[in-house]
Amino acid sequence: MSILDSKIPAGPLKDKWSKHKADIKVVSPANKRKLDIIVVGTGLGGASAAASLGELGYNVKVFCISDSPRRAHSIAAQGGINAAKNYQNDNDSTYRLFYDTIKGGDYRAREANVYRLAEVSNLIIDQCVAQGVPFARDYGGLLDNRSFGGAQVSRTFYARGQTGQQLLLGAYAALNRQIAKGSVKSYPRHEMLDLVLVDGKARGIITRNLVTGEIERFGAHAVVLASGGYGNVFFLSTNAMNSNGSAAWQCYKKGAMFANPCFTQIHPTCIPVHGTQQSKLTLMSESLRNDGRIWVPKKKEDVEKLRKKQIKASQIPEEDRDYYLERRYPAFGNLVPRDVASRAAKERCDAGFGVNDTGLAVFLDFSTAINRLGKNIIEQRYGNLFQMYEKITDVNPYEEPMMIYPAVHYTMGGIWVDYNLMTTIPGLYALGEANFSDHGANRLGASALMQGLADGYFVIPYTIGDYLSKDIQTPKIDTNTPEFEAAEKAVREKIDKLLHMQGNLSVDDLHKKLGHIMWEHVGMARNKKGLEEAITLIQEVRKEFWENVRVPGKNEEFNQELEKAIRLADFLEMGELMARDALNRNESCGGHFREEYQTEEGEALRDDENYKYVAVWEYKGQNETPELHKEELVFENIKVAQRNYKD
Amino acid sequence: MNLKLKIWRQKNAKDSGRFEEYHVENISPDTSFLEMLDILNNNLIHEGKDPVVFDHDGREGICGMCSLFIDGRAHGPDDDITTCQLHMRKFKDGDTITIEPWRSAAFPVIKDLAVDRSAFDKILQAGGFISVNTGGVPDANAIPIPKKDADEAMDASACIGCGACVATCKNGSAMLFVAARVSALAKLPQGRIEASRRAKAMVAKMDELGFGGCTNTGACEAECPKGISIAHIARLNREFICAKLKD
Amino acid sequence: MSNLFTSSIGKKLVMSLSGLFLIVFLLVHLGANLTIFGGEEAYNAMCNFMDTNIFIRIMVPVLAAGFIIHILYAFILTLKNRTARPVRYSVQNLSKSSEWESRNMFVLGIIILGFLFIHLFDFWSQMQLQHFTGGTPTSNPYELVVDKFSNVVFVCIYIIWIWALWFHLRHGFWSAFHTIGLDNQIWIKRWKCIANIYAFVVAIGFTIIPLYVVFQSLCGLA
Repeated sequence: MSILDSKIPAGPLKDKWSKHKADIKVVSPANKRKLDIIVVGTGLGGASAAASLGELGYNVKVFCISDSPRRAHSIAAQGGINAAKNYQNDNDSTYRLFYDTIKGGDYRAREANVYRLAEVSNLIIDQCVAQGVPFARDYGGLLDNRSFGGAQVSRTFYARGQTGQQLLLGAYAALNRQIAKGSVKSYPRHEMLDLVLVDGKARGIITRNLVTGEIERFGAHAVVLASGGYGNVFFLSTNAMNSNGSAAWQCYKKGAMFANPCFTQIHPTCIPVHGTQQSKLTLMSESLRNDGRIWVPKKKEDVEKLRKKQIKASQIPEEDRDYYLERRYPAFGNLVPRDVASRAAKERCDAGFGVNDTGLAVFLDFSTAINRLGKNIIEQRYGNLFQMYEKITDVNPYEEPMMIYPAVHYTMGGIWVDYNLMTTIPGLYALGEANFSDHGANRLGASALMQGLADGYFVIPYTIGDYLSKDIQTPKIDTNTPEFEAAEKAVREKIDKLLHMQGNLSVDDLHKKLGHIMWEHVGMARNKKGLEEAITLIQEVRKEFWENVRVPGKNEEFNQELEKAIRLADFLEMGELMARDALNRNESCGGHFREEYQTEEGEALRDDENYKYVAVWEYKGQNETPELHKEELVFENIKVAQRNYKD
Repeated sequence: MNLKLKIWRQKNAKDSGRFEEYHVENISPDTSFLEMLDILNNNLIHEGKDPVVFDHDGREGICGMCSLFIDGRAHGPDDDITTCQLHMRKFKDGDTITIEPWRSAAFPVIKDLAVDRSAFDKILQAGGFISVNTGGVPDANAIPIPKKDADEAMDASACIGCGACVATCKNGSAMLFVAARVSALAKLPQGRIEASRRAKAMVAKMDELGFGGCTNTGACEAECPKGISIAHIARLNREFICAKLKD
Repeated sequence: MSNLFTSSIGKKLVMSLSGLFLIVFLLVHLGANLTIFGGEEAYNAMCNFMDTNIFIRIMVPVLAAGFIIHILYAFILTLKNRTARPVRYSVQNLSKSSEWESRNMFVLGIIILGFLFIHLFDFWSQMQLQHFTGGTPTSNPYELVVDKFSNVVFVCIYIIWIWALWFHLRHGFWSAFHTIGLDNQIWIKRWKCIANIYAFVVAIGFTIIPLYVVFQSLCGLA
């Protein structure tokens, strides 16, 4: 085994987590009071971790870049959260959720981690209900479920189209309770700009106060990173404008290895791009695929007429519609996993059947469901989503089908962690989207919320104790040391350099360039030539950035351009690593689709013999090629097979 | 579309601030309001000027970060939306648009159009939670909750904490915000247990932080992007008065 | 009850309860005044009853206290609410989001208060007040009323006052119930409907009396 020790406990799959919990050490309440923990990020992972660790008695400091912990982008998750409760009596079980998740992830996730996720999923629902999360209920007063992609059971719990919001408000409320008690101290509008290592262990962070520009040092016995994903490397994505990968990237540069950076999820149901001046893409929940049917016209002449706005979609007769997901995947139909649905949409649009003027859109149609269930039921289920669609596009989806197209949504890759969620830096943990562990090459819908909360509520509170139990003799971390000094100096120098360039291009100009390269070459379909080209192009943009960017203002003020510039500097390095990783992986799996590797029907063709591993990248220095390490994936409980959603 | 923008510029909390005029050209009606400001800022950067600071993040109408007072209305001239969901098709070519920050003693301006809404966090820290620790809770289906109550709790929980209610209210009152949280938890059996304590603590904190009082004008409900009903304020009043009468 | 009345909701509760008390008073006042349609004898008999009944005599200072508390708290709350927005908006459009009267209750209250003084001076000071001060009340209240309302200008001012009151009541009535917490999404609509009926009845009632008198005097019937 290489330097990567995943620390997966021995024993049968279903006993691993209980056995591990019994084996690891705990910290006594008296000692917890003496230990400091920093949590970076307040999404589902960060807020739930900070609250739970505060409840246990640790001194927690929690940081977020927005004005309140409640703004974290977990709030935008619409559809729901999975759990293996089997409340619907449809033969769901921990094993089935585990199996669906591994299969959905195209056999590129760790069995033990995923099984643990499925195992604690039920606890999450119990916890959230106890916190007052108003999940949807039936007339009998019990919880209701809906279906999501990649599953043949109804296991998704939801709160209208605002599940992420409600779960985050639950975690945020728990966090608020600890803040009021004094066990957690909150630092909103603070951005982590560097990680500080002392004797090889994570011992603190350097932050910038986004309002005053003050650069501050914070020390702790352990650092928990819950800073989300890096989808914004594409410029246009469904991520929040401020979502970024910088905190994780600084950890990478300090020695935390980065796993599977090329695994990006392209979500099939987003509102199509409308012009070049757009800054943000809007997601329409996957839950819409419960009742919506996806189609394009069968005839090219209908496509032409649609593009010229000579006919409306509703005028095209049933027999002239190609419900291509139902045609290609009869068993799962419109509820195939996201990567499959996205690629199928791209395939139809590439074949010239795209239904809007850019040729990059397909229909998501509710007329069948409205006829079957009535407008009222549909309104109850998706009212807020329909309203949102109409506000943005000015089209009434009750009358005309929605137009959708895939867009970057989530990054399955992230900081490599072991079974304890610890990175390759001792004392540094990564949770939720920031880590890589549970979703393999493709994440199933309603599983991100599950993972964030599982990590924060039920994994890190146990596993961090094992590490900290060896640290109870360590006094408070002194921040007046050469290590903190050096980290702060580096941050200040970087900021100074950015502010002094005064070039001709704005941060957004350059970010759009990067985004364009990423979407073209490292997007939904990738190939060797394109990826090699992308690496060169990204390097060029990076050079241009460091020579020609213009960041107005100064550090000692509320300077949003400076924030963006610091993040873009990291995206420009991250994009290259993503392309490198995609180039290395000579197979197609999940969200990673290499055009050279596909079946005759155009499905992803995995190469289990050569690529059944986690690609883990180690930083080797500025402008040096990173080193690839491999963590072999062992499947003892699942038979690895070609994914089949046809029958 | 070509537009004239009258935007509030204020260097920091201490600066007294002033309006400045800008022009933007060739804006597509399908552009969102915030994208229009992105375009303006990109132009300003190229002209060597300071871009306008405004809070924004998720841009999906749910994070509650955006907070602009546009042409005299919180979140601008459309109903049931946040600023990020406002699109330029709601304006006419040649319009002059006035953009101001939320104005409230409890929400001091930080810079330009961005304000400090930490007062909302403080109110929620005072009691906007159910006191359960992680773990050791009953099964999610152990306590059935009537659908009507769960739905009403969800209606109130839809609050995104943007502060449009405070910004709109002629008294700068935070009653709708406080009521939404108190009401959401009071409607659920899990939250009922602490309902009295919660109402008292949150109202006391609200009063302390310099928000005005409610005079039942209903403007908050009309401008709330999530359409939260002032009926929740009645419930808060009821909870609070009953709690106080028992003391 | 600790600190109930120092909280913002508590202060508003005082407005609400005192307002509801005044709302009841207005109905009693209107009922009494309508006896004018019964003629001179009926009206004077009502006045005599009001002057001598022990319950009414007890209630008069209570009513005065009700007025004073309502007015005092209106000032306290309005001043406090004004401090909540130290910098005003340069453009604010509230007409889309709220009713005019709901935003102008204080101004309406001031108007009503001003006219109230005139009203008290013209009528009450020469009637019931004299019983409290030991003075001589007017011997024929009916004549006093007819005399005052024969003046067309006075009637016009009086009617303006009543319709300012109408605005005040339209909002005040349902708002009082809302503040106590006695409504929900359904009852808000019902209280608003009842408020409209109540305000309309009060305003029409108080308007037809001077109109009746002035009409009679103009036609030379009185």
